[in-house]
Amino acid sequence: MLQLIVTLSACAFLFVPTILSVMAGVTANYFQGISSGLTLKWVFRVWELYADSIFLSLWLAIACLFCTLLIGLPAAYGLARHPGWLSRILEEFISLPLAVPGLALALALLQLYGSMKGFRASWTFILVGHVLYTLPFMVRSILAVLAAIDLKTLEEGAATLGASPWQRFRDIVVPNAMPGILAGALTVVTLSIGEFNLTWMLHTPYLKTLPVGLADSYASMRLEVASAYTLVFFVLIVPLLMAMQWASARAQRIAQ
Amino acid sequence: MTLRLTNTAKTYPDGTKALMPTDLTVETGEVVSLLGPSGCGKTTLLRIIAGLETPDTGGEIWFDDDNVTAQPVERRNVGMVFQSYALFPNMSVGANVGYGLKMQKLSKPEIDARVTQVLEMCQLEKFSHRSISALSGGQRQRVALARAIAPRPRLLLLDEPLSALDAALRETLRDELAILLRKFQITAIFVTHDQDEAMAIADRVAVMAEGRVVQSGTPEELYRNPTSAFVAGFVGNAMQLHGTHDGMLLKLSGGVLPLGRDGTGQDIFVRAEDVLIDSSGPLKGQVETVTFLGTHYRVGIGGLMPEILISIFPGQSAPRIGETVQVSIKPESLMLLPQTGRGK
Repeated sequence: MLQLIVTLSACAFLFVPTILSVMAGVTANYFQGISSGLTLKWVFRVWELYADSIFLSLWLAIACLFCTLLIGLPAAYGLARHPGWLSRILEEFISLPLAVPGLALALALLQLYGSMKGFRASWTFILVGHVLYTLPFMVRSILAVLAAIDLKTLEEGAATLGASPWQRFRDIVVPNAMPGILAGALTVVTLSIGEFNLTWMLHTPYLKTLPVGLADSYASMRLEVASAYTLVFFVLIVPLLMAMQWASARAQRIAQ
Repeated sequence: MTLRLTNTAKTYPDGTKALMPTDLTVETGEVVSLLGPSGCGKTTLLRIIAGLETPDTGGEIWFDDDNVTAQPVERRNVGMVFQSYALFPNMSVGANVGYGLKMQKLSKPEIDARVTQVLEMCQLEKFSHRSISALSGGQRQRVALARAIAPRPRLLLLDEPLSALDAALRETLRDELAILLRKFQITAIFVTHDQDEAMAIADRVAVMAEGRVVQSGTPEELYRNPTSAFVAGFVGNAMQLHGTHDGMLLKLSGGVLPLGRDGTGQDIFVRAEDVLIDSSGPLKGQVETVTFLGTHYRVGIGGLMPEILISIFPGQSAPRIGETVQVSIKPESLMLLPQTGRGK
């Protein structure tokens, strides 16, 4: 009984503010309360004002996923194939952006590339930040799965059957790393869409991502629009989060 | 195919000499076993033949008239069965077996036909669509073998293929493997540390120690005429008789043993089955241990020499511990080998 009460209160603690915020987004007039009627007009308003941000975020997430796969898969493979102290250090080095605040990372990028006007003002500048920030998640996720299988012997097996190094990578390494790749990919997309600190430093008035737009709407729009924005944000990010949970659990089962 | 290795050695970057310069010839269709304790270089030798390790410069590997020394593993067309089997977990049994054929760019119907044929030979036809994780140890071992032979390799290499199985299964599969290898009529090299396995499967056994082939011959030759204390000890567990030589006699603390020939400068070995408990025997000792092993007793006799001498006693009622027994050893069952200090 006590357990049920504790559980319910914990749920209430978590859900009430969320529900209130979402409700505010579909209420005709927040100050009059729900009696003023339900409406989707604020959601449409958000769409009108911030559709660009939504598309930019989705595009950034996809581009970021592509880059982290391109860099992360070979990197994880290399680290898994050559275990040793050097690989350990490299792995820690790749993971550094996890420990460094996004703001510091952004500042470093601005110092380094700030004077390159074309690059500074383009979406690829934000992409670089996102790749730096999300790469460790991709590498670690793939590495955990690869470390759990006897990759060297599997590859030797394929080699004795006539497979060239590239064929071994394609037929053995990638399929066996797939659970890690999937978990890493979902993590990267979720993080990229939700990232604020770093993006806020790197963005320009013409390049606002979803969370930066959220901050913008909180600061400058009426409360209903800001709340509707939260609703839109939830709709995008919650399914991704759930998929990520599922994929990570699956990858971890294999890695054990 | 005839395999010829000349002057093949392997030194690891840290200076460890895993394999001393070795010459080895394996004739067409012959099944050769590399037998030795762990760390003797047998797996290194096998991996050099496969192309998974590069030998030191100066060594050459010939497959018939084809010098493959510089060829990478994927071009050598060897089949290999790994100790851990190395089956691909992302593929079904059929896809594992067909992978080598796919690499040879055979057509789909050809691959399917050959996979079916090989699976039938290995009694795996029911399992073609199973995933690897759904197989037992013995089934995995057969899949590994089927996968290795499906591409019709020039040479089949097996690295301790039975060591991952439990004891009961190992014996059954040992005989099965011996039959399959004869059925495929393939030149094969088989690495093991288990003398029974080597004897059961191989036409010829090469005994290795400390990076060298110390003796090579049929199982019978090795058992009956070992040329070194190491081979006598490793193949058939011969025991050294420690005593003092006196021409045709060996003086032990439990009596004097006639050798039937001059034993000067020789170490003398005997196998447990040749140590007979015999009331008219010239040696006298005390029974210290008695172990019942079903078909026979294993009796440990002390007082004959510093170490305990083991005797195989086939009779119904074994002597009891503490009893004094007479022991005889026929001169012709003694093995006289050049002295190398203390034997193993």
